[in-house]
Amino acid sequence: MEKELWKGNEAIAEAAIRAGCNCFFGYPITPQSEVPEYMSVHLPKAGGVFVQSESEVAAINMVYGAAGSGMRAMTSSSSPGISLKQEGISYMAGAELPCVIVNCMRGGPGLGTIQPGQGDYYQATRGGGNGDYRTVVLSPSNVQEAVDFVQEAFDIADQYRNPVMVVMDGLIGQMMEPIEWRPVPKRDLPPKDWATTGRKGRDHHNVINSLYMDPEECDRHNEHLWEKYALMEKNEVRWEEISCEDAEVVITAYGTPARIALTAIEMLREEGLKVGLFRPITLWPFPEDALRKLSKAGHVKAFLDVEMSSCGQMMDDVRLSVEGRKPIRYLGHAGGVMPTAEEIVDAAKAALKEGA
Amino acid sequence: MAIVYEKSRGLTDAELHYCPGCHHGIIHKLVAESLVELGLLDDAIGVCPVGCSVFAYNYFSCDMQEAAHGRAPAVATGIKRTHPNQAVFTYQGDGDLASIGAAEIVHAAMRGEKFTTIFINNAIYGMTGGQMAPTTLIGQKATTCQSGRTKEQAGMPIRMAELLSTLDGCVYAERVCVTDMANLNKAKKAIKKAFQKQMAGEGFTFIEVLSTCPTNWGMTPLKANQWLKDNMVPYYPLGVIKETAPESAEVK
Repeated sequence: MEKELWKGNEAIAEAAIRAGCNCFFGYPITPQSEVPEYMSVHLPKAGGVFVQSESEVAAINMVYGAAGSGMRAMTSSSSPGISLKQEGISYMAGAELPCVIVNCMRGGPGLGTIQPGQGDYYQATRGGGNGDYRTVVLSPSNVQEAVDFVQEAFDIADQYRNPVMVVMDGLIGQMMEPIEWRPVPKRDLPPKDWATTGRKGRDHHNVINSLYMDPEECDRHNEHLWEKYALMEKNEVRWEEISCEDAEVVITAYGTPARIALTAIEMLREEGLKVGLFRPITLWPFPEDALRKLSKAGHVKAFLDVEMSSCGQMMDDVRLSVEGRKPIRYLGHAGGVMPTAEEIVDAAKAALKEGA
Repeated sequence: MAIVYEKSRGLTDAELHYCPGCHHGIIHKLVAESLVELGLLDDAIGVCPVGCSVFAYNYFSCDMQEAAHGRAPAVATGIKRTHPNQAVFTYQGDGDLASIGAAEIVHAAMRGEKFTTIFINNAIYGMTGGQMAPTTLIGQKATTCQSGRTKEQAGMPIRMAELLSTLDGCVYAERVCVTDMANLNKAKKAIKKAFQKQMAGEGFTFIEVLSTCPTNWGMTPLKANQWLKDNMVPYYPLGVIKETAPESAEVK
């Protein structure tokens, strides 16, 4: 198939249109503004609706209204803007509304920087809004994956009636890479007979709501949601293992750091050091069973977690999977500073020494 | 025997939870009757707020969405833009619309979103127990201004119909009340006109309904009715605040 050169953010927008996105509601913020810019030109041409909202809060609530009326709705933003969307994401999880939310992450906290970051891992995987809920979080490490995941995200959202996030560091949104428009797996999706479209002769009215005043009813609603999240954990978990079969040190990384780690692994392997990469593709559900299994392998001496975050947010999940069986080292930078391959090489050697 | 009165098909059989003397029940009825009489019930999608009317989705028999606090105009934008042929309305209280949702209502009006907002102004937060609203009158007591609202501490009450009327996208704004039959009839006429203008694609339409809150005002229903006439109407004048001729609403 022919390859085309696309900028990450524009490719994401085009992918959404190809996936049948009916409407996009967004607000400018660096480094994701190319998504609404592209949508404003191309979505109406494809018969869809584009609205530039007055705020991120409004954007996610426009998504709520459109998704509640049966549309394939999307919004995108970057870290501080995603913080503002948390109210709406919680409401959508509660009301069981499907949507796709792209977070083109920058450094934080607060205004932080406009450079790439991975400091929103906790927010994405722990549910950044109030209440007990989960969202599927897909994390591409190149533009091709971003394109594929955004298209699939609409199907995942519709299958479970739940928001799906595509979370990537700003580098992937900003860089150009060759991609191909390859077919993504399609799912058999349930009809949206719950949507508020106007009754049009229907014998009952449809209601979109997340309020349950009766505590027992609210408890049952939460139980239902958790059964759904258990299904997502079972069916949607994704990861990639590279050179882990004989690895003595396993690097855990996602997004751009995972790509830098691959260069480091090549350098280490040239020196005869056995190092591999474990890359979570879904940050939630986290591939904990696969990582646990790997941590039990005799050849694995130590782990090295590499992130664009100062405190190692994903490392919490790595720890929960490794369960103290092997030492875990951390290498991370925040604020737009990316770990270098040389730094990773040194840290992997230190991990090997620690695990020996 | 001739049937002279029936409950509107626009309402469900659910029992209203509103306090005795509260005007929400009357206003629900007017909205429901308007939708039925205009033949819009089967096409309507309503959005209810956070506040006393949070359960309105149980009372209106059309499709309904429950929005986060203040966000009904954004939710309605998402619905109407993707369902331009449906009749879409928000039903919001004064805390919801004039305080936490001020940005959403102003920008929906600015964009000229083609939905109708029914704004219930009772000058207080009802559901949470009588706190001061942006619409609370000077001197009016509330649980967060127990000696009465002062201009120095909280500023002057906000007149939303007048404020939104300054925006070109708002083609019709009228303030009404439902304290007596004459006013109730005017209110229904205004609500119907707003829906008609919406369906004609003219722009954003806004009906502010002055309403009582006997429970949190600490009054009997009758006294509350009188208090509304004596105190609210002088500050929030009734009548058409703005009505744009259809042709001038078009984007040139």
